Amino acid sequence: MSQDNPSQAEYRAQVAAWMQHNRPADPGFLLPQTFMEVGSERVLEFLREWQHKVWSAGYLGAAWPKKYGGQGMSRDYQRIADEEMKRLQVPICFNVIGLGWAGPLILDNGSDYEKEKYLKGILNADDIWCQGFSEPNHGSDLGSIQTRAERDGDDYLINGSKIWTTMGNYAKYMILLARTDAQAERRYNGLSFFLAPMHRDGITTQPIQKITGEYGFTETFFTDARIPASCIMGEEGQGWRIAMQTLQYERGAEAGAAGGISILSIVMDDLLRMAAEIEREGEPLLQDPVTRDNLVKFMIEEKALQLAEKRTEIPALCRDYPNAIALSGKLRSTEFFRRMRQYALTLQGAQGSLYMGDQDTIGGGFWQRAYLNNFSTTIGGGTSQVQANIIGEHVLGLPKD
Amino acid sequence: MTTATLNGTTNIALSFSDEQAMLLDSAKSFCGDKSDINAVRSLLKSDSGHNPEVWREMVALGWTGIAIPEQYGGFAMGLGSTVPVIESMGRHLLGTAFITSTLAAQAILRGGSEAQREKWLPKVVEGTVGTMALLDNEDWGAQLCGITATFKGSGSTSEIALSGKKLLVADATVADFFVVSINHNGNPALAIVEASQLSTNAIGPNTLIDETKRAATVEFSGVTISSDALLPHSEQALKDVRLIGALLIAAEATGTSAATLNTIVSYLTSRIQFGRLIGSYQSLKHPTVDILLQMDSSRSLIYHAATLIDEGPVQKDTEIACRMAKAQATETLLFAGDRAVQFHGGMGFTYDCDAMLYIRRAQWAQHQYGDAQHHRLHLARLLLD
Repeated sequence: MSQDNPSQAEYRAQVAAWMQHNRPADPGFLLPQTFMEVGSERVLEFLREWQHKVWSAGYLGAAWPKKYGGQGMSRDYQRIADEEMKRLQVPICFNVIGLGWAGPLILDNGSDYEKEKYLKGILNADDIWCQGFSEPNHGSDLGSIQTRAERDGDDYLINGSKIWTTMGNYAKYMILLARTDAQAERRYNGLSFFLAPMHRDGITTQPIQKITGEYGFTETFFTDARIPASCIMGEEGQGWRIAMQTLQYERGAEAGAAGGISILSIVMDDLLRMAAEIEREGEPLLQDPVTRDNLVKFMIEEKALQLAEKRTEIPALCRDYPNAIALSGKLRSTEFFRRMRQYALTLQGAQGSLYMGDQDTIGGGFWQRAYLNNFSTTIGGGTSQVQANIIGEHVLGLPKD
Repeated sequence: MTTATLNGTTNIALSFSDEQAMLLDSAKSFCGDKSDINAVRSLLKSDSGHNPEVWREMVALGWTGIAIPEQYGGFAMGLGSTVPVIESMGRHLLGTAFITSTLAAQAILRGGSEAQREKWLPKVVEGTVGTMALLDNEDWGAQLCGITATFKGSGSTSEIALSGKKLLVADATVADFFVVSINHNGNPALAIVEASQLSTNAIGPNTLIDETKRAATVEFSGVTISSDALLPHSEQALKDVRLIGALLIAAEATGTSAATLNTIVSYLTSRIQFGRLIGSYQSLKHPTVDILLQMDSSRSLIYHAATLIDEGPVQKDTEIACRMAKAQATETLLFAGDRAVQFHGGMGFTYDCDAMLYIRRAQWAQHQYGDAQHHRLHLARLLLD
């Protein structure tokens, strides 16, 4: 890319060469597109080995301090490594909650002891992290969290349950949001934030079978589970603020995340490649006028999405609604991908009705899985409908309902 | 796994200089001052559709010289710098022949001889109005050869007799000159015709759905032009101007979408029905958010095209950008205008409601320089073949 200085350009080439040389052979299963698709030990070990390898080469945690397993380089280098990983569509770095949430939080707020204890294991994938925010019955509304944490001597006693715990059955640690004060006047004030060990008596996980038929999430139950009081992050009652802080890290390397790609991106090119190989009534699908018009609509939308991110760097072009692009990014991109992936199945004709496991399915059922899994993004982290409310109310100033 | 790209473009250049940002700010406030909604409405039934005093002020501000090189008296800020100005005009439905004059000047800059540039471009900077006469029928995709040109005489003294008419020539009644597409030996060419060369009653004003705009059918039969009125590099200029036209209309439409959104939001935050502000209903809130997102996409695309466009022949990535901008921006305005009428309920059905101005503008903008489907057809060739 043109903005690279000479040393960055050299680094970029070095990353690309390494990735191409070390890219794992076809494992015989569909590569997970996100970290929510780690449904078996086999997939887990494959991804653990890959992340360890990327870290060993210095391309993960490049901007984290050396003494905690990083490379102590500027964030630009991690960005470059991420861009190359994304471009070359290598497997994801799957320890996402550690790399993107817990890690940066510990770097910013943690004690030396905590940094020593946790950070390296996040990078080299020895220690898998999960997140305990959502609970059954109120997915998008964290203020309603019911799981209790009661101080008992040197411990907290945890009771309650969490849902949508990605890799809950494999994780060693959980970032846990629990209620320490049921009487707090504002419901957000009664929450506290913990770096909780998962391998404790009283903590059990129940795998959840997803819409795809695969696994990847658990429901996580706490029954008088005892965790050391030292696991708390910040003070009692600061949980909400810290949780909001972790949400900021999600935005990527700029905010302190370790880096690594967390999504095996599907781009329009993948759709075009498929359309180029399909024929309808003896003609390539790419020559069909209706298909062409639809594909171009998606390409215009994709271009606008890519440009939106760049526009945030130009305040003069964002004056009308300064927060609009940042607050609408999730809604726009997740809904775009949902429609685009569904369209991929439409283009497959009768083969669109096949599924993973059928030998005739196109790409091993890649698009079927991608479409169904995409609902995790239009539902998880605040549904598209909640997102639209947020944008309407916070960007346009429309009244709450 | 291959990483070769099938997609015909990966260009996402986007830049906006401090100078352009200042231009945007001053254009926004100028257009807001000169063209509040009462001013817009007061011009709806006027002949010219604009206030000549405002046009003179725009000329004095130097806007007509933004895209003209210095040697022709312009300010050489680049064609991309007209985009923030035109977006601001669209925001306030400010009339004038700014877009048409800019396009006529670009045709001469890109296709003209040095003598033609020296003759016309300084005049445009000083406020002389030019316009493009391109359409022979309703089809922007048609070969533009409707006017036949017959040679008379020979060699350097040859003259060309035109016969035929052009449709929907924007700002024809106020234009001092026309850049006309003609059939020249079976090839499309551009020729400059001065208003004074037209016969009486050659200009037949249209009744337009958008009452803030003006256009006319212009009869060119009987006009004889000298062969040095032909632009020597017509073919490239014609191609370029049609794409630039698409971009400038897209910029204007994007500004109008912003105005439409503001009108919707102010109604949704003041109108009470069934005991609640109607903006609290998700059935109104969510489509309004859609308008915002679509408008943001339009803005990204017009400024992407504005970043790429320059004085040279329009290259592939720029063509893609202009066509995407036009397809996105006019569909956005159609959607926004349509919802603006609907969300105003009974008021929306009246002439007094400003939503009417926006939905009518949307219809106009859609059909200038090719509608969305036309541009997607061409994009498919550029991106998929």
